[in-house]
Amino acid sequence: MTATKESVAATDAADERLIRAVSPGDYLRQGWGRIRGGDLGMLPVVLGLVIICAVFYAYEPTFLSSRSLVSMLLYAAPTGIIALGIVVVLLLGEIDLSVGSVSGFCAAVMAVIVVDQGHSLWLGIAAALGVGALIGTAYAVLHVRVGVPSFVFSLAGLLAFEGALLWVLADGSINIPRESGLAQFARNKFLTDAQAYALVAVVVACYLGSRLWTIRRRRAAGLTPPNLLAVLIKAALLGGGLGWLTYYLGIARGWGYLTVLFAALVVVLDLLLRKTRWGRHLFAVGGNEEAARRAGVRVGWTYCSAFVLCSVLAALGGLLAAAQLTSVSQDSGTTDTNLTAIAAAVIGGTSLFGGRGSAYAALLGILVLQSIESGLNLMNVDSDVRYIVTGGVLLLAVTIDSVARRARSSSGRG
Amino acid sequence: MTLTAPPTPASGTGEAVLSLAGIHKRFGAVQALTDVSLTVRAGEVVALVGDNGAGKSTLVKVISGVYQPDAGTIEFESRPVVVGGPAGAQELGIATVFQDLALCDNLDVVANLFLGKEHRRGPLLDEVSMEQEAWRLLRTLSAKIPSVRIPVASLSGGQRQTVAIARSLVGDPRVVLLDEPTAALGVAQTAEVLNLVERLRDHGLGVILVSHNMADVQAVADRIVVLRLGRNAAEFRTEEATTDQLVAAITGASDNVVAQRAARRTEERG
Repeated sequence: MTATKESVAATDAADERLIRAVSPGDYLRQGWGRIRGGDLGMLPVVLGLVIICAVFYAYEPTFLSSRSLVSMLLYAAPTGIIALGIVVVLLLGEIDLSVGSVSGFCAAVMAVIVVDQGHSLWLGIAAALGVGALIGTAYAVLHVRVGVPSFVFSLAGLLAFEGALLWVLADGSINIPRESGLAQFARNKFLTDAQAYALVAVVVACYLGSRLWTIRRRRAAGLTPPNLLAVLIKAALLGGGLGWLTYYLGIARGWGYLTVLFAALVVVLDLLLRKTRWGRHLFAVGGNEEAARRAGVRVGWTYCSAFVLCSVLAALGGLLAAAQLTSVSQDSGTTDTNLTAIAAAVIGGTSLFGGRGSAYAALLGILVLQSIESGLNLMNVDSDVRYIVTGGVLLLAVTIDSVARRARSSSGRG
Repeated sequence: MTLTAPPTPASGTGEAVLSLAGIHKRFGAVQALTDVSLTVRAGEVVALVGDNGAGKSTLVKVISGVYQPDAGTIEFESRPVVVGGPAGAQELGIATVFQDLALCDNLDVVANLFLGKEHRRGPLLDEVSMEQEAWRLLRTLSAKIPSVRIPVASLSGGQRQTVAIARSLVGDPRVVLLDEPTAALGVAQTAEVLNLVERLRDHGLGVILVSHNMADVQAVADRIVVLRLGRNAAEFRTEEATTDQLVAAITGASDNVVAQRAARRTEERG
């Protein structure tokens, strides 16, 4: 009997040393083993988010009201988009300290072109994103050709673009009209209920379809397919969760266009990182640059793409933040945008040491920081406490990363 | 892939795949290689031995395209070629397994095997075909890796060496260059890697094995080429060479008249 069983085992499950997961209990045990081995993934940040929400909810029940969630999701989006760029750069083990100034400067460029000079909105947006791309290219040249450490040139950029912002906005601040397309998009556009539920259905269908397709292909190739029951459960949870969230947000204004844009960017970046050659090379360079170079990865281009993407996302985040506040001022992007974006990426579980992280880190990290900010605002606490709490959370996140890293190396998980 | 072809008989009966002649390489005031020649046939393991500073690493880097020789010819499958760089060497069909293995610890086995040569379906990675091919490669090497979806960091030294050797086969090479593959391994793992080397030979590849370890070299090589101070010092058929002769050739003690005589007589008989 055993012999026949062995002969039909899939190619990847044939080794006798492999601990196979068959029953749901096996999956749970494997998950527990991973966590004990320091492969924490998203667990700490999800737990942290739940605890933060519970604490604020206990103190002030309106914290989790539909209205409050809708605005939290809206305000989280611009900095979240900047944090996405930080994730990409951190995956290479580099850093960009200038995203805040770049976001403010690019927003100012857009405002000058559109409001002061009266050109079209699209031209302004294209110019701002173009300036972002140029800045990223300049960083890449400095890093790849000249060999300047990213910490140094982005620190220089932090100061220089803050100066450039002051220079562009010589007359103080520029107001973006509330009726302009960009401000409308960032502030007043919401999905209707029908659109929102349709979108949820499409997302679930795409997830389910791609997983079923994977099951079919792997089975045809003689490899262990993902467990069908687990896939169905996950799809049901995804659909149920998103559907419930849509219903709950719908009590107030629903999904803002800005929130949907952020979520879409997270999903797209996640797919790019996990499913494309570019993403694979990004992880490889972050893990072992020399090995990647010898394997034929174009390391210079990988760095270039990461810095350009980071600066362009910073520019986009800056535009949207300006549109949300309907103004660009001399301290746009200068106060705490920088550190919030970097903190969000790290709190979400992106390793500072390179080669480990995901696009969802930016989403979860910014949700943590935004809920702290909103919660403390609701409690009428001043910003001094907010900074201290945010600093504490950041320190906690990095500590968890370091401890998990030690656990990983002692249990051989890299 | 060559590996699917039926195994050809071992011990260098095939034609010369790679031959270097009259290779000179100079770094500033140091003449690292002087008139060095080396030939590898299909289905043959050639060991390259020598003391530290003998020029082994330089020769390895000339073959793998990292250095350009100052003079000399390289013929690949009887055509003169210029190895323009590491990528050029790979395109020709010369795969190199470096001593430090050059694996990405954070990626899994499949990702490491196909790094830089990923299979794609449209814009997306084709994980299924890569995983299938990975298992096929590992099976032809009879390699013992429990799962190809675990990060390379969690593998043992021998398993990492196996992954590195399997990776060299992805581009369908004719010659595999192994730089100190057993340097950091235990007894059993060394034996496993030597098995791998024999399997490469049995599948008709030319193998160049750089090693310090006389026992390993004598266990697996068909021919042994000794370099000393950047020159060809001696060449033996493995079954005709004693450890003493090898050591003498490596250390240069064979440069006395008696040892030269002995070596000449060995060659005449061989």
